Amino acid sequence: MTLSLLGLLKPRERKPERPGSGLNQDRGFLVFENTSEVIRAESALKAKGWRIRVMGPPSEIQRGCDLVIEFPLIEELDILRELLAAGVSPLQAVPVTSPLLSPVNLFQVKDFGPYLMVRAANMKLTVERATRIIVNVSGGGCPDVPYLAGEMTGKTLDAAESPREIGHTLCGYALQLAFEEAVRRC
Amino acid sequence: MLKIVGTVPETDFPLVSGEAALENGFVTVGNKRIPVNRGTPALLAAATCAAKALDRPAPFAHLVGDTGLGHGSRRLYADLAENLGGSDFGTIIFHYLQPDVDWHNRVLFALEKINPRPALIADAGFMYAAKMSGQAKAYDLFTPDIGELAFLADKDAPHPFYARGFILHREERVLDMIQRAYKHGNAAGCLLVKGERDYVAGPDGVHETVDGPVEEAMEAVGGTGDTLSGIVSVLIDSSMDIRQACAAAARANRLAGRYARPTPATQVGEIIRHIPRALNEVLVQKTLDF
Repeated sequence: MTLSLLGLLKPRERKPERPGSGLNQDRGFLVFENTSEVIRAESALKAKGWRIRVMGPPSEIQRGCDLVIEFPLIEELDILRELLAAGVSPLQAVPVTSPLLSPVNLFQVKDFGPYLMVRAANMKLTVERATRIIVNVSGGGCPDVPYLAGEMTGKTLDAAESPREIGHTLCGYALQLAFEEAVRRC
Repeated sequence: MLKIVGTVPETDFPLVSGEAALENGFVTVGNKRIPVNRGTPALLAAATCAAKALDRPAPFAHLVGDTGLGHGSRRLYADLAENLGGSDFGTIIFHYLQPDVDWHNRVLFALEKINPRPALIADAGFMYAAKMSGQAKAYDLFTPDIGELAFLADKDAPHPFYARGFILHREERVLDMIQRAYKHGNAAGCLLVKGERDYVAGPDGVHETVDGPVEEAMEAVGGTGDTLSGIVSVLIDSSMDIRQACAAAARANRLAGRYARPTPATQVGEIIRHIPRALNEVLVQKTLDF
């Protein structure tokens, strides 16, 4: 049988992948200093029912030992908090599909006079300058965003629990960055 | 009929489905009363308001509680995968759900069994899953804001949190980002990009922009993107052409904002109550223009 080059070049019609077919776009890698940390982290996460697996790292990852833990990336904030409580924080958490990508680190700030709005990635947090009260949280798409907004709105930056404490997802993580920047500026 | 799928930010809120109604500032589904703040409840309230204003059937809601752990979302995904196939909704919008590619694909398989095929709209977390799955083209409309558009434009980003700096989430880069999103197959048939200026776009470029009326404070008000998604869903379900529906919804959402005279501290409920008046004005104007 001969392979047709034209056949290879022809754009393929994309059909939905079968469930469980190994798609990993929504997975991440946790990178640790050494193997014993990997084992401790694996035990801590499996004990809590997380869908994780231990595997070899891709070549792009230059740090850490020769094992990584694959985890549900969207729930990064919750997992990092779990690992912190277990005393075994990773060196890095990176997307499986592009381990070299790093979290957004640019903030956009909009001055509304008495109010300041800080945006990090897809999350926005608005504070009344005079009182330091959080008056609005907007953006985001993960289900902890409306929850975080409900918990934080109407409280001062000092009184509000931070997204790091009560958030669970990458949207929560982005809101944490906006929150820290607002604290720095207000 | 329009179906709205999403989450309520409460841990113990059960899986519920039924027609939505508005009652004293709450949205109700069955015997459940849900505060209208932001997220899916805001979308649902806006859609219910819009449907009533247009004398359309009340939207059908399919909701579950989830505060970010994903347990509720996965229960809802499972219910959709099992039961969507036999439904006959004309339009379905998927909203705040924990992004999960495997579950997204199970739901998409179920959607393929519906005949005739409903108009499919994705926003928020479900849109993230649709992009990550590589199946964006299966949808008729995505409704991203600028940060989410940057994520659609970045072929490698698994979430807006990782959208790369070189793309920059800036208004002046919108046209380039729309082009990139289509180039990489990460956009639906139509995009309604929400921002200082709203863009209605397709694979062949931008069809229309809506930039008035301007209420700068709207950008800070949580839930104003959700209300826009709610209005456009109702218009699409009324058989309006998708692009026309996007432009009309963008105008109506802005006008509702204008009537609310918002500050950055305004809550979205204050805007939602102006939707019927705004929508009627926009649609009357549209008729006069013809």
